[in-house]
Amino acid sequence: MRRLLTFRDFDWTLLGMVLLLCALSIMQVHSATLHTRFSGFMYRQMIWIAVGLVGMFILSKVDYHRMLDWSQWAYWVFLVALVIVKVAGHKVLGARRWIALGPFQFQPSEWVKLILVLTVARYFANLGGRNLTWKEIFKAFAMVGVPMLLVLIQPDLGTTLTYAPILAAGLLLGGINLRQASILLLAAVVLVGGAWSSGKVLKPYQKARLTSFINPDNDPKGSGYQIRQSKIAVGSGGLWGKGTDNGSQTQGYFLPIPYTDFIFAAFSEEHGFVGAIFVLLLYFLILMRLIQNAQTAADLPGSLIIMGLVAVLTFQIAVNVGMVIGFMPVTGIPLPLMSYGGSSVLFTFLALGVAMNVRIRRFVN
Amino acid sequence: MFSSTTNTRGEKLSTLKLAVVQYGILAMMLALAAGLWRLQILGAESFKALAEQNRIRKVPVMAARGKLFDRDGRLLVDNYPSTSCYLVREQNRDVEADLPMIAAGLHLDLDQLKATVYRFRGLPGYRPIPIKEDITADEVAFIASHRNELPELETIEEARRLYPRDGFAAHLIGYVGEVSEEQLNLPRYAIYEPGDVVGKAGIEETYDELLRGQDGSRNVIVDSHGREVGFFGVQHATPGQDLKLTIDNDIQRVAEVALGDANGAVVVMDPRNGDILALVSHPAYDPNDFAVKIKSADWNSLVTNPNHPLMNKAIQDQLAPGSTFKIIMSAAGLQEGVAQDMRVNCVGGGTFYGRFFKCDKHHGVLSIDQAIPLSCDTFFYTLAQKLGIDTIARYATDFGLSQKTGVDLPSEMAGIMPSTQWELKTNHQKYFAGNTISVGIGQGETQVTPIQLLRALSGIASNGHFVRPRLVDPAQLPELFRQAIPDSFPGSGEKTVLLNSETWMRITDGMAEATISGTAAAAHMEGVDFAGKTGTAQVVGGGDTHTKGGSKTPNSWFVGMIPRRNPEIAIVVLQEHGDWGSNSALIAQKVAIAYVNKKRKEDKNVVVQAEAGKPIEVGAVWSEPAPASKGAPRQSGSRTAAMNDTGVGGGHFFVAIPPVSAMPQAVKASKFSLSTWLNASLLRFKEEAH
Repeated sequence: MRRLLTFRDFDWTLLGMVLLLCALSIMQVHSATLHTRFSGFMYRQMIWIAVGLVGMFILSKVDYHRMLDWSQWAYWVFLVALVIVKVAGHKVLGARRWIALGPFQFQPSEWVKLILVLTVARYFANLGGRNLTWKEIFKAFAMVGVPMLLVLIQPDLGTTLTYAPILAAGLLLGGINLRQASILLLAAVVLVGGAWSSGKVLKPYQKARLTSFINPDNDPKGSGYQIRQSKIAVGSGGLWGKGTDNGSQTQGYFLPIPYTDFIFAAFSEEHGFVGAIFVLLLYFLILMRLIQNAQTAADLPGSLIIMGLVAVLTFQIAVNVGMVIGFMPVTGIPLPLMSYGGSSVLFTFLALGVAMNVRIRRFVN
Repeated sequence: MFSSTTNTRGEKLSTLKLAVVQYGILAMMLALAAGLWRLQILGAESFKALAEQNRIRKVPVMAARGKLFDRDGRLLVDNYPSTSCYLVREQNRDVEADLPMIAAGLHLDLDQLKATVYRFRGLPGYRPIPIKEDITADEVAFIASHRNELPELETIEEARRLYPRDGFAAHLIGYVGEVSEEQLNLPRYAIYEPGDVVGKAGIEETYDELLRGQDGSRNVIVDSHGREVGFFGVQHATPGQDLKLTIDNDIQRVAEVALGDANGAVVVMDPRNGDILALVSHPAYDPNDFAVKIKSADWNSLVTNPNHPLMNKAIQDQLAPGSTFKIIMSAAGLQEGVAQDMRVNCVGGGTFYGRFFKCDKHHGVLSIDQAIPLSCDTFFYTLAQKLGIDTIARYATDFGLSQKTGVDLPSEMAGIMPSTQWELKTNHQKYFAGNTISVGIGQGETQVTPIQLLRALSGIASNGHFVRPRLVDPAQLPELFRQAIPDSFPGSGEKTVLLNSETWMRITDGMAEATISGTAAAAHMEGVDFAGKTGTAQVVGGGDTHTKGGSKTPNSWFVGMIPRRNPEIAIVVLQEHGDWGSNSALIAQKVAIAYVNKKRKEDKNVVVQAEAGKPIEVGAVWSEPAPASKGAPRQSGSRTAAMNDTGVGGGHFFVAIPPVSAMPQAVKASKFSLSTWLNASLLRFKEEAH
């Protein structure tokens, strides 16, 4: 009976929309890597998507309540893994983000995202949705803050930032009141301001990256250049775009990494306003579908899990698209389901697996 | 930190909170959509333009500068193909880091290269920066073999100036160079951009707008590495206009050689129209050094050279005219009616205003007709006293002194003509009448440039017709340019000062006598109506020192012309510290010989070519009555002259050549009389000496 339930209650609509995005992604990776040494990347992306799908089905099978029970152990294991990465990790482009496990390169910070969603959901679910005490709030902060700090020192600012919405969603939905929220917001402003001016938390290049989007011409060679070229790509796409494989910004390598972080710019250049709005609409529908799943979840932890995932995905979409159109700084956050990259694809599909898991079990109990 | 079990009680998330999240997401999506709208719909056009700008690079196609020819169409200044290296700044490439490698490969000084790049920082990114011009084949190979490491290097073939060697005609031609930052601030240079090559002196500067042409461009499609991936559209360069100068290559060469190593200037002009046939200033520089980019050491040595090689002495050297000024004095004296019957007894000088002024000889009693050829100072002291400074100044100014001549060369100097007004303005004091005496013999504060003096004296000999000297016949210039020249080169210009015919006759006869029996007798040429006036102008503190070349030795002047009245050629020679004016007369004589010989050759071209004794065939067209020329043409049998009813006829003739001795010949070929023969052999000797 359970198997029957599984198939019938699987969210085929959601999966359909996700796979449509994946198809667009494969097409754009193909176009963006045409005539470059990365031209095989679309096949790799297909493989990652296939692997992600398998992972999604597997994860949807395991009862999320058991996942929640495991999550606290996983949390500690990955905390240790993050420390190991910092001490003995594999250095790529000046940052230690990877550890080698046999033949596999392993980037714990992506997994931490999923584990944090689970632990935070579990934490707030156990509090039962009543008003939070300051102690409980600080506990939540510590829970997310420690891995954030460990990832920040790798250094990996982009991933660090994606942890924040998990906490924010947990606090908002877990029962924080308005007064507490205001105080926290104020404290956050003071803290961020202090950290910024102290110069110890963020490296200068990170700061430059964070500010150059406001005036890209101040730094025309660095991230300012990227923002500028990205805006030119998007803007020159016009209403209908220049056509697949036909964007001069994408094909002439003016657009930086057009198959990962700036894939949305490449897509917007070649498919115009119409294409870009279509993709945004798909994202919107996917998020709404997920929220609906959260609403129909059997219990509070299920809802909180999905909302945590929604928070992460929303944040990534907002920051990535915002960056591409010049609203946000360059932070190196990939666009879920569109950007090329195994870690990103895998995380998104596993997250969807967890969401499916919650949906499948909405009538249990 | 965590409780061991998971809460699975029946609490649910509040619908309100989820609705808030949903609306939040909707707001975010709308914001992003608005951003896309702004870029893709509102900004589409400007971003498309920017994308094109990224993609398309304009590669300049340099226009070849116009060539310069002499009056007979002989090439003076040519262009040669040369490769230049440019640096293309790419927005995503740290060019600074590559500079050491570039400097090493192109044999450039790293600091200088950095300075060059810094200087061009303001230029738009797509504009290439010129970093080395006229690169060697070796350096071209370096650039080609480092395409991948140094994609920012680009080579452009361009035409470069090739000037005559050894500074031949350097000052009149001038040179080209990269436009300087000071120039860019001037309105005249508004159309230029940093890195442009402009004329910086001489004809190159004056006629830069015509010579430079219009650069074209090639539109190439590039990727972000600057690699050319395609190309479309060429805007062809329009080459600059060729210019025919008034210079006569032969005369210029003779003048250069005749002046030799002396510091000074020679200008040869046709006083009938102002055509300058030759213009020499020594020492000269090699304009080819500037054609690429002058090395700072070379530049420094030019600037610090005490003989001022960069100065165009023909139009910029302001010196006392010495006795050549006596022609102006004579004109003033005769026009004022003072000098006609004036007789002065020269006893080796005279006392004026209580001071004794020396003359170099005891000339005895003389009139103006002897005073000019003998250059008697005493006579002109007396005349100066009689005329007074302001009358002298009035005439001198009428004849163009203290004003630019308006020659079409940049940076001409105006010179000085003292007067009571001038004294008041410059020295804020009353003019001391005693100074007039020195002015009368071209000393004192009077300062003239060679070209000014040439124009003044040849103008007097042309019965008061003064011309604007010119190096380019205006007929070949565009209308607007032609009109702009008098405004761009203000000066005395073309004008006529009415002179009595007596003034004209007596002065020109006096100058002719000077080359027969006077101070320039050594420069006499039999059969050539050569007139002139020497000048031995003492320098400040020099007194009567006569050691040629010394810093206190007088400057040597000579102005000569052929024929004496309405001359067709006038020559001025200045030798700084060249001692007696007669030294310069000999230089002018060499130029005159070259001119006369050339003229005779041209006029009697047929004769020169023919073998003596054999009749030569000539074709002719005439109108009635048929020419009864000296050759008495006979009609040749088969080629009978045809005649139509309009009275115009034509045909072939065999003309018998009269004996060589029966007609005027080239000077050195003349054996007609003993004196001519002697004279000619002397001339030949002089010519061969060089």
